[in-house]
Amino acid sequence: MSLQITNLHATLENGTEILKGVTLEIPAGEIHAIMGPNGSGKSTLSKVIAGHEAYIPTAGSITLDGQDISEMSIDARSRAGIFLAFQYPNEVPGVSNANFIRAALQARLPKGEEIDAVAYYKHLYAQMDLLEMDRKFTARAVNEGFSGGEKKRNEILQMIMLEPKYCILDETDSGLDIDALKIVAKGVNAMRSPKRGMLLITHYQRLLDYIKPDHVHVMAEGYIVKSGGPELALELEEKGYDFLKEPAFA
Amino acid sequence: MTTTLPAWFTTRQELAKARYESIPDPKRNDVLWRFSNIKQLDFSNLSGEAKSPDHTELIARSTGLVKPAAKFVFLNDEVIHSQSSLPENVICLSLADALVSYPDLVEAHFMKQETHLGSAKYSALHEASVKNGLFVHVPDNTEIVGSIEVHHWISDKGTVFPHSLIVTGKSAKVRVIDIFRSADEISPGLVIAYNDISAGPNSAIDYIAIQALNEVSRLIAIKETTTARDARSKTFILNTGSAWARNESMSRLEGPGAHSDMLSVSIPHLEQEYDQRTFQHHVSEGAYSNLLYKNTLYGRSKTVFSGLISVDENAHHTDAYQTCRNLLMTDDCEANSMPGLEINADQVKCSHGSTSAQISDDEIFYLQARGIDPVQARQLIARGYSIDAVKRLENEDAENLVLSFIDSKFSRIL
Repeated sequence: MSLQITNLHATLENGTEILKGVTLEIPAGEIHAIMGPNGSGKSTLSKVIAGHEAYIPTAGSITLDGQDISEMSIDARSRAGIFLAFQYPNEVPGVSNANFIRAALQARLPKGEEIDAVAYYKHLYAQMDLLEMDRKFTARAVNEGFSGGEKKRNEILQMIMLEPKYCILDETDSGLDIDALKIVAKGVNAMRSPKRGMLLITHYQRLLDYIKPDHVHVMAEGYIVKSGGPELALELEEKGYDFLKEPAFA
Repeated sequence: MTTTLPAWFTTRQELAKARYESIPDPKRNDVLWRFSNIKQLDFSNLSGEAKSPDHTELIARSTGLVKPAAKFVFLNDEVIHSQSSLPENVICLSLADALVSYPDLVEAHFMKQETHLGSAKYSALHEASVKNGLFVHVPDNTEIVGSIEVHHWISDKGTVFPHSLIVTGKSAKVRVIDIFRSADEISPGLVIAYNDISAGPNSAIDYIAIQALNEVSRLIAIKETTTARDARSKTFILNTGSAWARNESMSRLEGPGAHSDMLSVSIPHLEQEYDQRTFQHHVSEGAYSNLLYKNTLYGRSKTVFSGLISVDENAHHTDAYQTCRNLLMTDDCEANSMPGLEINADQVKCSHGSTSAQISDDEIFYLQARGIDPVQARQLIARGYSIDAVKRLENEDAENLVLSFIDSKFSRIL
């Protein structure tokens, strides 16, 4: 059981190649982190896995527990078990958080089957309590007028509610103060499970102090250039990304 | 209508008939009909006679609020059902009855404003032809809890002239909801409606018009609102039905502290056309008006918005705002906006603006990334787009009723 990315290439519509052959396996039960400088292709990788149509996969495959999802629509990938926590979550004016998450859950049910509203709200409130979110957030429009930290917390709330098999968190720590980071990390850690894999995309070792990864990968110029254990993140923190330019990685 | 109609009314009807016949038809190059589809003013296919469908069935279909303060059901301008739990001092009855029972009170408020927005001819036609509607008079210091709900049904090739005349005395409060529907989905009908809304000092009137006619019918709705000192008027128009609708809404702020909200949500699809003309007329100093029109266009539909804020010479310290927003759901729809300002006073705060936009790919991506299919994602965003105007009703029951018609429309859009 794993999310398997094999020799993935992807370009922009103008032909610029962003991913140049990424191979990565995230087995269920493991947390992997990808670090790397700006423009290395980290966020693109997350969007290509989620199926964003602005990126054109030109080679390679993405399989989820053995099923090739490369040709699936964005929403079908989500329902199959992929969750992308956005670096910059969109605002959805006029759609309340509660209705939004409910619509996402409803989309996972067979036609004709309805969500039990009482059980839904009970579960939603419990997860909001975990993330220390005020109940008022259920009635507020998705991300509208939210602070950066509130948006990130809201992403984690959605992730918890949708119970995906594989979670991809794209710079979830960016813009968070330390208290907000701890709360978000608590939510993510609550999701750790032998049945679930996670991919954290981050610039900073700080996140990995709170969410301990099993493996760390370094991405540069569209490739994964180095993989290792948690100590690799510490090494990057200490030496910066310049050490990637040393001959061994050039 | 009976033979006991007051003389003033029959005289006005005769004069209006002559006026209707003397006013030329609107022309394509008339400024007030710019971008309008003038062909829609050819009513020659409506020569048939309105038939009367089963009353019991229509009354059963006249669902709305769970517990309205009063409820009227009209079919082709005839009352087929009424119920009321209003206080005894409130007058709420059909206009036909009110003309007989309260002729002076009706005369004091009936069609007092001049039509400014292009439909003088159709205003005259309405005045010459009106038979019925609703008259509501809420006396001083009386607040009505709940809403007065009015269903207007039109059948076959009928032409109807419903009139809502709503008057509040000092510090009174009322909410009236008009719902316009066709008895069937295939018969082309014509509605030429007129709303007289007169909010007395320190009073509050909420008026909601839900237009959900069948999509072969047409509607002209003229709304005249006057808001006195420290009073608040709130009008809301929902357009989901009809092949073509022209809404002319005038709001006249007559005293300091007067407050007028003009709200609208329109969701045309296929070839539907909604033509919206507004006039925020600040006669008094120190008044406030705020207009928000939200249009969501599908298919090859078309909207026209023309709005004017006019601030009279002595209307200093005016606050007036006007916003029209269009969400274009297809490449073939067309939204025309003509916002305008005329300021003749000092120390005023006025703004006007119009925007047209499409849903971005990133917005759709966000919802799809949560498992929501793109069709539903677009509808969720489109529904959400209308919500801020609906929420300004600030009444949960009324909001839910309006949303039920919005949801019904979205369920018909593929």
